[in-house]
Amino acid sequence: MELFIIKCFCVYLSGVGFGLIVNLPHKALNIAGFNALLGWLVYYVIINAWGGLGSANFFGGLCIGVVSVLIARWKKMPSILFDVPGLVPLVPGGQAYNAIKSFAMGSYESAFSYLSEVVWIAGSIALGFIVAELVNKIRLRIEHEFIKGHQKF
Amino acid sequence: MIESGSEMTRVNDTILRIAHNAGLKDAKVYVTVTGIIMSGGVSDVGAQVGSIDKRSFDLEKVAKVNELSRSFAAKQIDIQNFYDQLIHIDDIVGTFPLWVQEIGAGIVSGTLVVVFRNNLADFWITFLVGMVGWAVLYFLNIYVQIRFLSEFLAAAAVAALAILSVQFGLGHQADDIIVGGMMPLVPGIPLTNAVRDALSGNLISGPARGIEALISACALGFGVAIALHFM
Repeated sequence: MELFIIKCFCVYLSGVGFGLIVNLPHKALNIAGFNALLGWLVYYVIINAWGGLGSANFFGGLCIGVVSVLIARWKKMPSILFDVPGLVPLVPGGQAYNAIKSFAMGSYESAFSYLSEVVWIAGSIALGFIVAELVNKIRLRIEHEFIKGHQKF
Repeated sequence: MIESGSEMTRVNDTILRIAHNAGLKDAKVYVTVTGIIMSGGVSDVGAQVGSIDKRSFDLEKVAKVNELSRSFAAKQIDIQNFYDQLIHIDDIVGTFPLWVQEIGAGIVSGTLVVVFRNNLADFWITFLVGMVGWAVLYFLNIYVQIRFLSEFLAAAAVAALAILSVQFGLGHQADDIIVGGMMPLVPGIPLTNAVRDALSGNLISGPARGIEALISACALGFGVAIALHFM
């Protein structure tokens, strides 16, 4: 439990830190950190409750994609400011490193198994983003219809 | 904007919106990751071409251009003022000074060791190693302009320092320190943009960015591999 709280704090800080590297506007830093925390929490809950790297990363990516567009609308800034720092805690850094290490040490079998894990995780995050785009389009359509309906009456 | 790491659709939209508000109703624009071709839709003026050679990331610049074009659309500033501000965009938008970036890199490295590897003990040493890695990348990008070489050397430096720090008893797990120290160097923005561009139907820019990200990831990988081999 203690480790979990420390981890939450660390995830938030990592979002802010990445924001510092890529030169985010000052106003966006804090929100980017919270966005990272939200995406990681979704990932953490799913991977502990149901397991499965694919679905956890998928829903993490989906959550970050949807939320960052909402924040972008609210703050009137491009949504890319929020989703790039949000993705940082989900990046499969450990597996990628293990893959490289196994390649360098000449054990190709484990290298390929790590590599396929990396591809699988990255693919599911990307798929989460695609679905987030879809969700946003549907939401826009619904809002549009809603406004039109109001004007009719 | 492309230099600063924006996605193609946004560049396209912004240019069209500016042109539209400046009174060019039939403006056409063709944007790829390496160049922009634009015509005003007026018969006696030819098309203009701009090429883009270097790409980095500076998201504040993207946000600023976005904001400027919005206030131009809302008629808050006139076209002369808008043009002046775009020309001087580098002066208006300050980047964070190097020490703030260093702290950012350190924070990313240190915290992600805890998140990925549950390794609290190596927080501070990873913080330092991440800072050194980012400094190597930063100065090589300024003084030696060879693409991907800076990523390669930065990764090698990170891995070498991590292994040395364990040998001198400062760190505990060399693997964890390397993973953390690499994180600020990972090409995150090109990767997300590659996915987005490809998804929005821009099949030239998306894969081009993807290749760029892939090559820099490979450069990182080789850097680590070489350091692991010799240490």
